[in-house]
Amino acid sequence: METLFQQYAPVSLEKATVWFKACHERDIPENGGACIKYKDKQIAVYHFKRKQKWYACQNLCPHKMEMVLSRGMIGDSEGIAKVACPMHKKTFSLETGENLNGDLPSIATFPVKLENGFVYIGFSE
Amino acid sequence: MKTVIVVGNGMVGYKFCEKFIAASSGDAYKLVVFGEEPRPAYDRVHLSEYFENQDAKALELAPASWYKENGIELITGQRVSDIKKEAKEIHTASGNSYGYDYLVLATGSVPFVPPIPGVEKEGVFVYRTIEDLEDMMAYASQIKAIKPNGKAAILGGGLLGLEAGKAVFDMGLEPHVVEFAPKLMPRQLDTRSSNVLRLKLESMGIQVHLSKATNQILGDTVIEGMEFGEDDQLDVDMLIISAGIRPRDELGKTCGLEMGTRGGIVVNNKMQTSAKDIFAIGEVALYNQMIYGLVAPGYEMADVAVNQILGSQDIIMPENIDMSTKLKLMGVDVASFGTPYMPADKGLSIIFENKTKFLYKRINVSHDGKTLLGGILVGDASDYNILHQMYLNGMALPDNAEELIVGARGEGGSAFGSAMDLPDTAQICSCESVSKGNICSSLLNGESDSLKDIISCTKATTGCGGCKPMVVELVNETLKSMGKEVKDVICEHFEYTRQELYGIIKVKGITSYDVALDKCGKGDGCEVCKPALASIFATIYNDTANKEDVIQDSNDRFLANIQRNGTYSVVPRIPGGEITPDKLIVLGDVAKEYKLYTKITGGQRIDLFGAELNDLPAIWKKLIDAGFESGHAYGKALRTVKSCVGSTWCRYGMDESVSFAIELEERYKGIRSPHKLKGGVSGCIRECAEARGKDFGVIAVEGGWNLYVCGNGGATPKHAQLLAEQIDNETVIKYLDRFLMYYIRTAAPLMRTAAWLEKLEGGIDQLKKVVVEDSLNIAKELETDMQALVDKYECEWRQAVENEEIGKRFKHFVNADDRDDNLVFVPMREQKMPEPWTN
Ligand code: SRM
Ligand SMILES: Cc1cc2nc3c(=O)[nH]c(=O)nc-3n(C[C@H](O)[C@H](O)[C@H](O)COP(=O)(O)OP(=O)(O)OC[C@H]3O[C@@H](n4cnc5c(N)ncnc54)[C@H](O)[C@@H]3O)c2cc1C
Ligand code: SF4
Ligand code: FES
Repeated sequence: METLFQQYAPVSLEKATVWFKACHERDIPENGGACIKYKDKQIAVYHFKRKQKWYACQNLCPHKMEMVLSRGMIGDSEGIAKVACPMHKKTFSLETGENLNGDLPSIATFPVKLENGFVYIGFSE
Repeated sequence: MKTVIVVGNGMVGYKFCEKFIAASSGDAYKLVVFGEEPRPAYDRVHLSEYFENQDAKALELAPASWYKENGIELITGQRVSDIKKEAKEIHTASGNSYGYDYLVLATGSVPFVPPIPGVEKEGVFVYRTIEDLEDMMAYASQIKAIKPNGKAAILGGGLLGLEAGKAVFDMGLEPHVVEFAPKLMPRQLDTRSSNVLRLKLESMGIQVHLSKATNQILGDTVIEGMEFGEDDQLDVDMLIISAGIRPRDELGKTCGLEMGTRGGIVVNNKMQTSAKDIFAIGEVALYNQMIYGLVAPGYEMADVAVNQILGSQDIIMPENIDMSTKLKLMGVDVASFGTPYMPADKGLSIIFENKTKFLYKRINVSHDGKTLLGGILVGDASDYNILHQMYLNGMALPDNAEELIVGARGEGGSAFGSAMDLPDTAQICSCESVSKGNICSSLLNGESDSLKDIISCTKATTGCGGCKPMVVELVNETLKSMGKEVKDVICEHFEYTRQELYGIIKVKGITSYDVALDKCGKGDGCEVCKPALASIFATIYNDTANKEDVIQDSNDRFLANIQRNGTYSVVPRIPGGEITPDKLIVLGDVAKEYKLYTKITGGQRIDLFGAELNDLPAIWKKLIDAGFESGHAYGKALRTVKSCVGSTWCRYGMDESVSFAIELEERYKGIRSPHKLKGGVSGCIRECAEARGKDFGVIAVEGGWNLYVCGNGGATPKHAQLLAEQIDNETVIKYLDRFLMYYIRTAAPLMRTAAWLEKLEGGIDQLKKVVVEDSLNIAKELETDMQALVDKYECEWRQAVENEEIGKRFKHFVNADDRDDNLVFVPMREQKMPEPWTN
């Protein structure tokens, strides 16, 4: 279990070396999320239309180690974009990955860019 | 170290401990408490509530651990049998002895049982302890099982008698109140107000028999009736005696303390008995030749005794003790304060009476019209707190004193502003001696910030609870004056209550979440307001969860309940629990094909667990083709209407409960509400469908159905309460339409009907007024709105299966057809389950 969690290390925009063409823009619901597969990783991608922003993070919830975050509701807490896990509503910042309503470990976040209607996610490997 | 022994762990004995701990410091004293009852002290004043929830813990004044944490040795289930004054020790019934420096007798009282021939018969009860109530309940349900129209009498029409009347009323027996005096509550009411109360009680089905002296209890070994005189008798199946109290003063008598001629241990204004190291407090103490059968004076006595023992000798009992009371008897307000009725040479009375509305208000004012001496309120005691304060504080009366009870425009209204006008010294909570100043300053100096804080730091409202409305008003007004909002707002994005938001969205015709956020909210929303708004939209427009899926709770978005490992459960609707063999086979086939764990649920249907997101549409297509529909097990919506087999097969059935359960489930299926809704229909009072544990329950009786509402299983079980009796199918549906719609409109998010009713001002009586009598004049509108929802029903799984666009939602990866490779199942008996969680 722990090793599963360790597979996901955050990647910052500067560190992104690989831009993976994940899906079409249309595949992700507006103001919601969906999951994509990259190698053996599961990545949650959100189209936060109200903020005109895209976010990506690990699909794995650090609470019970389930692959569910893409199915959570998104929103903000005092301006910080966040996702609420559908299992027990733990919330995580989509900017920093920090657990906002508890002291779970942070989740890994990934940079996203859009080109010609496609969604690209940045990885370092 | 000195030892203080307290005999009796009742309400006043407990209060003594609480105040002692708060006032003493260090370990100069050791407290040892003996209680004869099997459990630590509990709230006797709210004893009747035990009938509703059977939750003894909820009545507890403090848990056993509290005593331990505070170094108090609490010995329950142990009677003290003797006091050796000279040796300064007590003996217990089990033969132990303990020495004391100070002894506090708080042994309370017992119900007085008059020596009427036959009182020893089976079926005769008294009403003072939890055990008494348990015995009554067991007996009442025995009677009801063999005699649905059983009757119970209460001997004594005083305060406690009417309280006992409520208990038997709730137990479903026909109550008869028998009083010796020519009026009810002879100590608190005058004849006219007693008549108004009597009319009101009779209108509710409680028979009142005044001026009746009971000569004999009839029956062989079991009570069958009461005889009042020649040819004057009343057949009853049960009797509760509530003819006054007698102090439990036997310890004082045997050890030679000074006693009153009619019982009670004599105390001075220091609560000291004739032995200076022995104190008596509460209902055993005779102070000023009186036994005070109320908690507030008892608490004050406890306070005096604590101070005397700890050395603050100037704190003594006042000469005059306020015996004002406000009660809600079976939903009827009754209050009396000061001198409730008095001779004309002392003052003049202003009386308002309206028998058509069962209202009576009387105030007594001094001859010069300047001061309030006392009064009586029946039917509407909303002004009690303020009148009582005017009386206590000797506040000046307005020029037109009648406006105090008749308001400026006649009936009802009242002439004063608010509790904020009271002086700071005004005692708001007399049980806990909390003044207006205590409450307001605690808020102003930042020590407290809410009603909850005030209650926990001052204990106000935790006694009889009568001061609650005033405390709430003071808290709200003070917070307002400090510029703070006091509202149950939804979340940081919407500063409205659900009910307010419902109104706004309906009036403005808003149909999407983003527009709502732009027009009446702020920020980008969250997991709290999104589903709350989704529920409001569903209530107004009855769109399915497919319309705006990203604002739905995750379960609604995927039209299935997420399970421990991220797979889903599939629960098709099986209305009333009735299912054909063919449909059972389909369920079996589908479960086999997709390797689903199969279980019968607690809601009389079948749950198929472990379905992967990708498979949900295919599974549902098969089920829909076989005639199934969504069961909405994932939604805050109608779940099941549980049924028993009823007259279709059952030899006791009085009506077709299955048919009716199916009809109700079909009618309300798909309707979204603040929380989930469950119903039940039983074919007779044996109640095999557990209808009274549901949000709405219908039980077949002679001559129709009884309709109950606002029950709950789950974490805080509550029995549903009777809304209407012996009504036909159409009327059940009519009332249910109104009730459900009213709940759906006004409840807070995630508030079940039971909690909602608890919050509803006026409780079940108010609900009856709205639903049955249409007092708000909204019944037609509620029915029309409900019918519109019923007409718009669509199975959302059918939509999802038939619409390709919706179908795309059910994919684990949007960029691959792969399955979630993180899933691990392990065998479970002959089926499977997800691997256990390790953290
Ligand atoms: C499946 C089932 C247990 C079973 O195997 O029998 C069940 C399963 C769950 N119940 Fe239940 N409850 C089930 C019958 C009940 C009953 C019995 C009944 O309905 O007669 C009750 C008590 C009656 C009542 O609700 O008043 C019940 C009281 C609860 C509660 C407590 C509600 C409360 O007001 O205190 C929750 C928690 C909640 O809703 O917040 C809950 C929540 C849940 C949840 C939704 C917990 C969750 O969020 O995952 C479970 C969903 C499992 C799933 O995926 O299907 N379940 N649950 C039953 C499904 C019945 C059905 O056919 O739809
Ligand atoms: C149904 C009901 C409703 C009421 N409603 C109201 C109301 O609305 N407002 C109001 O002000 N008052 C009300 N009262 C009255 C209120 O409950 C009493 O005034 C209060 O409980 C008195 O407290 P107490 O400690 O003196 O006596 P109790 O609470 O009776 O406690 C005495 C305890 O001492 C124990 N004991 C007795 N002898 C011994 C012994 N020898 N050794 C060990 N233990 C012993 C008893 O078992 C008992 O537990 C109501 C009472 C009842 C029964
Ligand atoms: S009782 Fe608890 S564990 Fe059991 S099904 Fe209901 S919610 Fe789940
Ligand atoms: S698994 Fe995500 S909050 Fe519990």
